Amino acid sequence: MNAPAIRYVGQPLRRREDLKLLTGKGRYVDDIKLPGLLHMAVLRSPHAHADIKHIDVTKAASAPGIRRVLTGKDLAGKIGPIVPNWIIPGSKVPIRPVLAIDRVRFVGECVALVVAERQTAAYDAVNLIEVGYEQLAAVVDEEAATRHGAPQLHDNVPGNITTVYKVRGGDYQKAAREADQIISLRIVNNRLIPTCMETRCIVAEPNPDGTLTVYIGSQVPHMHRRWIAETVGIPEHRLRVVAPDIGGGFGAKMHLYPEDLLCPYLARELGAPVKWWESRSESHQSTSHGRAHTETIEAAIRNDGTILGMKVETLGNAGAYLSNMASGGPTVNTINFGTGTYRIENYEATSRVVVTNSVPVDAYRGYGRPEAAYIAERTIDAVARHLNLDQVEIRRKNFIQRGDFPHRPYGSTGVMFDSGNYQGCLDKALAAFDYEGRSRERDALRRDGVYRGIGVAAYTHMCGMAPSRRLSLIGFDRGGWESARVSIDSSGRATIYSGSMSQGHGHVTSLSQIGADVLQIPIEHIDVVQGDTRQVQAGHGTFNSRSMAVGGSSVHVSSERIVAKAKKIAAGMLEVDEKDVAYSAGTFSVPGTDIAPVTFAKVARMAYVGHRLPDGMAPGLDETVFYDPTGMGSPSGVHLAYVEVDAQTGIVKVLDYVAVDDVGTLINPLLAAGQIHGGVVQGIAQALYEEVDYDLESGQLLTGSLLDYAVPRAEQVPNITSLFQETPSPTNPIGVKGIGESGSIAAPPCMVHAVLDALSPFGITHLDMPLTPPRIWSAISAARTGAVR
Amino acid sequence: MTDIDCRLHAVTIEINGARKRLEVEARKLLVHLIRDDLGLTGTHVGCDTSQCGACTVEIDGHAVKSCTVLAVIADGASITTIEGVSQSGAALDPVQAVFHEHHALQCGFCTPGMVMSVRELLKTNPHPTEDEIRHGLAGNICRCTGYHNIVRAVEALASKGGE
Repeated sequence: MNAPAIRYVGQPLRRREDLKLLTGKGRYVDDIKLPGLLHMAVLRSPHAHADIKHIDVTKAASAPGIRRVLTGKDLAGKIGPIVPNWIIPGSKVPIRPVLAIDRVRFVGECVALVVAERQTAAYDAVNLIEVGYEQLAAVVDEEAATRHGAPQLHDNVPGNITTVYKVRGGDYQKAAREADQIISLRIVNNRLIPTCMETRCIVAEPNPDGTLTVYIGSQVPHMHRRWIAETVGIPEHRLRVVAPDIGGGFGAKMHLYPEDLLCPYLARELGAPVKWWESRSESHQSTSHGRAHTETIEAAIRNDGTILGMKVETLGNAGAYLSNMASGGPTVNTINFGTGTYRIENYEATSRVVVTNSVPVDAYRGYGRPEAAYIAERTIDAVARHLNLDQVEIRRKNFIQRGDFPHRPYGSTGVMFDSGNYQGCLDKALAAFDYEGRSRERDALRRDGVYRGIGVAAYTHMCGMAPSRRLSLIGFDRGGWESARVSIDSSGRATIYSGSMSQGHGHVTSLSQIGADVLQIPIEHIDVVQGDTRQVQAGHGTFNSRSMAVGGSSVHVSSERIVAKAKKIAAGMLEVDEKDVAYSAGTFSVPGTDIAPVTFAKVARMAYVGHRLPDGMAPGLDETVFYDPTGMGSPSGVHLAYVEVDAQTGIVKVLDYVAVDDVGTLINPLLAAGQIHGGVVQGIAQALYEEVDYDLESGQLLTGSLLDYAVPRAEQVPNITSLFQETPSPTNPIGVKGIGESGSIAAPPCMVHAVLDALSPFGITHLDMPLTPPRIWSAISAARTGAVR
Repeated sequence: MTDIDCRLHAVTIEINGARKRLEVEARKLLVHLIRDDLGLTGTHVGCDTSQCGACTVEIDGHAVKSCTVLAVIADGASITTIEGVSQSGAALDPVQAVFHEHHALQCGFCTPGMVMSVRELLKTNPHPTEDEIRHGLAGNICRCTGYHNIVRAVEALASKGGE
């Protein structure tokens, strides 16, 4: 009799990585202590836009314990410039030196550096560098930057526009002519700071054999190896990038920053390990920001709520230079998805990427898809409000239907939603939320002057950018594959070497679950290695909700190859034909016979001693796969929020939040819900609390620390009910879809709709995020004044 | 230019039960003494304005953000860090164990400070309401979990204690 099959996928396993993190034994980059370690500190620009007239480093260089002081001129031609990795065809790319040379273009731009024997000495000496600046007019707002006469940032970027990207489907103009009405809106997607709790930190260490090791909290270790190698001028195979434990990434730790290059350069030059650690206040002015869009939208509608067409104009603020993926976010990632979960056949969208005197803007949890969902959802909500239609029914009416998949929205060639069941998510969410009951309660309380509101938002997107050959069409200079090596030792235990890179996601647990099910061995017999380019063969890392869909699939496929080879070896050991061998729970058997079974461990040993292998078979049990998906999976979902607005103070209290997300096959529901909780709270934070504030005249960053930038605390956010629907993706062997970005995509429009619903008695139909008490209070006051008048 | 006072001052502290004597600059923060001089890197630095709570330790039995204390002021104090909360080495403190059970950590960076604050919260209020838990943890920022599972973990531990 066969042993029952091992099945871990779908189980809420507790994380295998927790113990070290709970006991303070996690190893983040700042925890790495090396003998003879030198410390780098960076002098940053205090001005948003200025010419550098002179720099005097004499005092700094003569301070005690100083090993090196360098300016942009010292490094010109030696390292850099920093080149983006995603360049939308036709983009004009500003030249970004590692240290500013003649001109600074944002507050926080690197101007000079000091290397010292102690960190405090480096900080002290930075303050001794004297820089003469001549200030120039600055512009930080994306609309202002495109106006005639605006300050110009780069000679090769006329009008401050680096990229123009257009999407067309159907005939919007015809739809507009046939429509009963056109409604228009202008929405702002507020600028955010990703705020990983661990700031960036880099240690570069020269090795005795002439190689260099770089420790960096990287979401994409192999990409960082390539970029650092290319930009600093180190043969890629001589560079080892190690990403140890990472204290959150959210997109911010997948770009190439000046400090990533300066530390390896200096370590090589000085022959000693060099470290740079980013303070939180430094982080706010040097690590990439997110979002920062302005959109104008037109919807051509029928009076029954049918949306015939949409027209979208996006301005995406890129900050002072094009960061790593910066031309792709406001373009491909945003306007391709602007019609959301709705069947809107006529679509016309244009995105412009704009440079301004501000911190470069790049990927932040969802990158473009939160902006897209905000476009689609704010539009349909505005239509419902305008026509006085039910917010649920208008969505149901316009949804892409279950039988429509695979679906290309507006006849798009670039976008295909592989699967989905939006109605299913909606119905499940409405039931869990008690939509009917809550609606009655809201209406009843409103009569007593209590302002509650219900918000709805639906979303879909595509995750795990692939296949590789398609990525060249959009200028994305990397592949879409992920690699996994499954190595079985001679006792039958497995090590998975994965190119994915956990930053708190729990890959040691989830990838083990996938591997264990295929290998049919206990999960305790599996280890997972990530984040070391000397150990892991190759990889693209973790972003774009790709780790389970692409990284997990590569583990699945390489595990299958292990089992296929083991089965051949087992057949030889059992002296039967391979097709008669069954495998389950670590045992190869011949069903219906009394042949004694052979264990996976014995087969593994045979693979390594090689005594009785089938003719022509190489020894060993070790498989490496580069898995390149044929397409991208489409996560989707419906979220509902219940809020109460205090009309006296403008304070919003989130009373309840229900998320129903379709992530295909669930690998680990406990971890999946954790991703939803975190993403939803980041989305609630965007809607209610967080915004990067710049002084529009001077370009000074006003939210320069966690004193001013409002990351939410426990008492500011609600409990979250996270439920799932499993519509398997046909694009990968596991059927899984990404989950990491779902929460931050759905929550902002959901929250805004809830607050607008609560404020509907005042006739307020639009507010821009974040919905802070002053903003709401002012809107209520204005509405009341208007009512009196 | 003003000269920076780099003179060293003697400090004696008890750290996780062991007595240590160190020489530190007057400007050194306790968190840097813990991390750099004592090599206890489980205590983290997440900000520079005492907002995040990642550096929370126990000083004389009370949770304190160790970035708010100069090392010289800690002279004579008894300090417990995350490395010292579990007495027997392998076993977890009840707060650590319940965090594992309820998936109350993701990247783990805020976790040591959060564990310290939860210990303090339950010491002063063994049966907190959800509201009291959320307010009690207001000094610690977590960016990964959305706090949901942290609150569940604390509720579970508090109700277990009440049985």
